Amino acid sequence: MAKQHITTTINGEETEYLCEPQETLLDVLRDQVGLTGTKEGCSSGDCGACSVMLDGRLVCSCLVLGVEAEGKTVETIEGMADGDELHPLQQKFLEEAALQCGFCTPGVLIAAKALLDINNDPTETEVRYWLAGNLCRCTGYDKIIRAVMDTAADMRGA
Amino acid sequence: MEHLPEMHLQHPATVEEAVKLHAAAPASRYLAGGSDLLVNIRRGIERPDSLVYLNGIAELHTITDGLEQISIGGAVTLRELAESQLLRKPFSAVAQAAGKVAGPSHREYGTLGGNLCLDTRCVFYNQSEWWRAANNYCLKYRGDICHVAPGGKKCFAAFSGDVAPALLLFDAEVELAGPDGRRRIALAALYRNDGMDHLTMTRGELLVAVHVPKIPAPVRTGYAKSRVRGSIDFPLAGVAVRLGLQDEKIADLRIGLTGVSPLPFLVRGLDKFVGRKPDDACLEELREVVRGQAKAMKTTLTPPHYRRRVAGALAQKLAESIF
Repeated sequence: MAKQHITTTINGEETEYLCEPQETLLDVLRDQVGLTGTKEGCSSGDCGACSVMLDGRLVCSCLVLGVEAEGKTVETIEGMADGDELHPLQQKFLEEAALQCGFCTPGVLIAAKALLDINNDPTETEVRYWLAGNLCRCTGYDKIIRAVMDTAADMRGA
Repeated sequence: MEHLPEMHLQHPATVEEAVKLHAAAPASRYLAGGSDLLVNIRRGIERPDSLVYLNGIAELHTITDGLEQISIGGAVTLRELAESQLLRKPFSAVAQAAGKVAGPSHREYGTLGGNLCLDTRCVFYNQSEWWRAANNYCLKYRGDICHVAPGGKKCFAAFSGDVAPALLLFDAEVELAGPDGRRRIALAALYRNDGMDHLTMTRGELLVAVHVPKIPAPVRTGYAKSRVRGSIDFPLAGVAVRLGLQDEKIADLRIGLTGVSPLPFLVRGLDKFVGRKPDDACLEELREVVRGQAKAMKTTLTPPHYRRRVAGALAQKLAESIF
C-alpha cells in the first residue's frame, strides 16, 4: 500500500515521516521517529500507556492513525522536561516515588499534565476520574494521585 | 493485540464525496473517532479493506442553534457535547451522558455518530480472535451458537452507547446520507431489537447529524449509569430520565434505557404516573416498572439480575434528585 508523506510538529520540531494508512501514531512515534518513551500496553485504548497530546487534546496514540497527525502538533513525554529541568510533575513523581516499574508513567504524566493545564486545583475525585484511563499495576494509584495533587498545590503556590 | 491489517484510507471533504467513496469500495467502513472501530478491527471482528475518514468534513463538526431545533454534527466529539453551552437545561441528560462515556482521552476523540452507531457488545464477542476461536466463536460472528442463550437463535449482545437514551427523551431525529441521498428518521427508528444487526441504516449510509427539537415545557432531565469502575467503562445499565412537574404532580415523564438490551429504548407504560405526586410510593412503583423492562442478559461478567435491579434503582434515584 502506498505510504503517505506526513508533516507534523513533534515536541516543537517539525518532523516528516512516511507511513502506511494502517500504522497508528504510536507505531510511528516508536518505530520511525524513535521516540520510545510512549509505551504500547493494550493497543485497545484501555491502559493509557500510549497517551500523547494531539493538538492539545489528550489521546491514546494507539487509537489514532499516523496520518491523522498531518499538520498537527504532537506532544510526547520526551518533550515534557525543559532540557535538564524536569517538569514539576516529573520532579514530584520522583520525590514521592509515584512509580515502580515505570511502564505506565509516561502516559500518566502526559494525562496528569493535560489535567493541570486546564484545572490547577482539582479535587482528588477529579484527579482519580481523569486518570481512570491510565492503568498502573504497581503502585495501587495512591502515590500517583498524591503526587498530582501535591504538584498542583506547588504550582498554585508558585 | 494484533496489528491493524493493510487498508486503504480515503479523505473525503464532503458528505456526498464520502458516500461515493464508500459505495465504490463496498467492504469499507466510515472512520471518525475510531476508539471502537480500530479496536474491533484489531480483534478481527471487523475486516474492512478501506476506511473512509470523516474528520476532514467540516459539516460533521458543527453544532447549530436553530429556531426550533439544535443540530449536532455526527463527528462532534463527546467532550464537545459534554461541554456545549447549548446542551444545558433542559437538555442536561445529553451532556451528562456524553460526559460519562469512557475516560477523558476517549471523549476527546469519540464522536456522537460513533456513540449512536456503536456496535452491540457481549462478553463472548468483544474478545481477541484466539479467545473467540477457542470458544467456537458465537452467533454474532462466525459461530452458530449464542453462548448467552444457547437454546435460541437470537443474539442478545447489548447496545452500550450512553447518548442514545438521553436523545430519545427529546424525540431526536437523525439525518442519514446514503447512495440514494439524504433522509431523516426518528432516532428510535435507527434501532431494532437484534444484537446481530441492531442498526436499520442501509449499507453505506452515514450519520450526518442529530436534530433535537426544542421543548417549551419546563422539564428537567438527567443521565446516570452503573459500571464496573465508576470513572470509566461501558454501562451495565444506563438510565436517562425526563421529568416535568405541575402543581407538584408529575406532568411529563420519560425514561430511556441503554446497556440492557440490543437497542436503547424508552420505557413503556409511564402514563399511569402522570397526575401523581412523586412521593416514595410512586417512585418505588416507578423503579419496579423500569426493572421489569430492563431485560439484561448474561452479556457482561456482572450478573443480569444486578443490572436489572440497578436500572430500576438508578431511575428512582434520578427522578428523586432531578427536582
